[in-house]
Amino acid sequence: MTTLDTGQKLAPRASFFNDPVIRGIIYQVVVAVLLIAFISWIIGNTAANLAAQNKTTGFDFLWKTAGFDISFSLLPWSRASYYWEAFLVGITNTLLVAIIGIVLATMLGFTIGIARLSSNFIVSSLATVYIEVIRNVPLLLQLFFWYFAVLKAMPAVRESITLPFDAFINQRGIMVPRPTPDQEFTWVMVAIVVCLVAAIAIGVWATRIRTRTGRYPASIVLAGKFGDACVTLLVGFTALAILLNAVYPVANGTVIAAIVAAAIAAASVTRFAPIARGVMTFAVAFVILNFMIGGMLSWLSPVVTSAGAALIALVMASVVYTNATERPPSDARFPLALLILIVVAIPALIYWVTGATLAFEVPVLERFNFRGGVQLPPEFVALVFGLTIYTAAFIAETVRAGIQSVNRGQTEAAQSLGLKDGDRLRLVIVPQAMRVIIPPLTSQYLNLTKNSSLGAAIGYPELVNVFAGTSLNQTGRAIECIFMVMLVYLTLSLLTSAIMNWYNGRVKLVER
Amino acid sequence: MSQVSETTVDRAIDTSHMKVSKTDVAIDVVNMHKWYGDFHVLRDINLKVMKGERIVIAGPSGSGKSTLIRCINRLEEHQEGQIIVNGTELTADLKRIDEVRREVGMVFQHFNLFPHLTILQNLTLAPIWVRGIPKAEAEATAMHYLERVKIPEQANKYPGQLSGGQQQRVAIARSLCMQPRIMLFDEPTSALDPEMVKEVLEVMINLAEDGMTMICVTHEMGFARQVANRVIFMDQGQIIEQNEPEAFFSNPQHERTKLFLSQILH
Repeated sequence: MTTLDTGQKLAPRASFFNDPVIRGIIYQVVVAVLLIAFISWIIGNTAANLAAQNKTTGFDFLWKTAGFDISFSLLPWSRASYYWEAFLVGITNTLLVAIIGIVLATMLGFTIGIARLSSNFIVSSLATVYIEVIRNVPLLLQLFFWYFAVLKAMPAVRESITLPFDAFINQRGIMVPRPTPDQEFTWVMVAIVVCLVAAIAIGVWATRIRTRTGRYPASIVLAGKFGDACVTLLVGFTALAILLNAVYPVANGTVIAAIVAAAIAAASVTRFAPIARGVMTFAVAFVILNFMIGGMLSWLSPVVTSAGAALIALVMASVVYTNATERPPSDARFPLALLILIVVAIPALIYWVTGATLAFEVPVLERFNFRGGVQLPPEFVALVFGLTIYTAAFIAETVRAGIQSVNRGQTEAAQSLGLKDGDRLRLVIVPQAMRVIIPPLTSQYLNLTKNSSLGAAIGYPELVNVFAGTSLNQTGRAIECIFMVMLVYLTLSLLTSAIMNWYNGRVKLVER
Repeated sequence: MSQVSETTVDRAIDTSHMKVSKTDVAIDVVNMHKWYGDFHVLRDINLKVMKGERIVIAGPSGSGKSTLIRCINRLEEHQEGQIIVNGTELTADLKRIDEVRREVGMVFQHFNLFPHLTILQNLTLAPIWVRGIPKAEAEATAMHYLERVKIPEQANKYPGQLSGGQQQRVAIARSLCMQPRIMLFDEPTSALDPEMVKEVLEVMINLAEDGMTMICVTHEMGFARQVANRVIFMDQGQIIEQNEPEAFFSNPQHERTKLFLSQILH
């Protein structure tokens, strides 16, 4: 060590060009000079070219009349509108598709991603096939498929296909009823919002008390039982009434249904709760299955399909019964039914009390087209479909990677401590998986937003189509238009990633 | 066999509490078999563990030691025979599995602490959400056990900030917070540096001194000599031999045991 030290003292300082600090400074200066030279060359060149072509620059064109049609707009639009209005229409149309796409793609993506991890062979293979097919076909091709092969191939207006809930589909898009709430309905909307906030607040408060004292507050437990009974009563009555009236008509079907439902509801708060759950499951499953099987296998005699439905419902009921006896509902359970009841029942009550009506303006087929309702143009539907289905495949892989990144040992440790499956997922697995999922999920959201510009190819009037397309062609202000469009995408992207970075920073692991 | 070590703790071990019950059976494994697909991992295992016993399971890699103790709290499922823990027979019944897991603590080779939670949160998570103990009380218990494993000052750090030995001690404390009656150790020191092995063994010996029923899969033969009252040798999914540590090490009966001991004890 000593020899080394003296050696270093004797050696001359590194020569001027070999000194890493000086080298660093030289590199920086060279790069800066080159960059400035390049930018000034571009600006000078562009200015000279524009001058040679006698073109003017500036943003004054924004206050001129656009004079073209936009097929789909959320904002008021006419040919007399200005270019800045066209810009806003483009932004809102882009945002509309992006937001709807992000919400739907997230839901579909999480479902498919979890399905791919399923131990059920058919479910996981279906998810795999979906992912491999969708993410290996170019998005533009998929948009063309949805637009030309599916939506444009729909029948003409006169032969419109009728969908459930008074909706129709034809060449011109999908017609859906337009909700026309009256004055009183405002109160119902207010009630929904208030109840939602209240339910969340109650949930948070109950969980806090639960953590602090070890049990849910007595009032919540009592209200939770009441909520359980109410839900049981309502659902049980509906199912039984349908069952009795439709399948086995008797004179006082409704009355009998009410009595039986009341009995189950009463049982659901006592130690006979498993039986109540079993009966409930049977009634609900039977009604749904009977409807489904009877509809699909209509060539079979109704006796046979009903018997089949009853058999399956019985199996389901027995499974629910066994589960309920193995893990009986306890006071330690989160009062979910109560919260749902608050959100659903109170607005429903107000709807009934205030006599509010939520009428729907149903689209009606006239001589040449539909009148009334809302028309979703095929371009919009195709773009939402394409973006959702395409991005969902990538989100699914992200979700799968996130869940698989959590070490199997975490599950085992949680199990060995006795945590139940729900608690294990909520407290141990999901928080860790989300850390891995969030950054690539952000990229997928950004991709979807930017990919929405492909809507220009199928004629959806989003930002690129309206502003970097039509407006640019008409005004010739290429630099200004492209600059503004780029600025919009940049702002959207930076906003999204700022939000996601903030979240990511919060869930980051502390190490060292 | 490089992971086998002879680390011992240089102090007198207080055996006054280490009483093995004559009548209370903690774990009873009867004619138990397990397969992974076609592979017969555990063959006809019979093992009766009395309350207060300290058992060390030794054997070469792949002999089924870990699988056996993982069956005892149903991290693995057995296909034939019975496993009865504190009088509860393990079946597919979720309620029984919950019951057994509440009574049985487990310590893993790779600690498996929850990296997104602080040490204190790691220790209070299960007491709060499984036993329904108030947070303040759970934290007091957690601090008590952290003091027992001698790292109360780390309570508000995250697992990633601790050394391996500290993490394993936290993992032991985390199990203890559930007040288990039986502790299972699955190679608790195999992933640790030699000097950290000692601090973990010290904690395990403390537990034994308090009369905890323990089953340890370990290569620490020093620990086996000092603490165990029975050593079980497994090979190819079978229990080949079991005996008191003295007799086991000085006078092995079976050829396979002799070979194993000659390889690890030089």
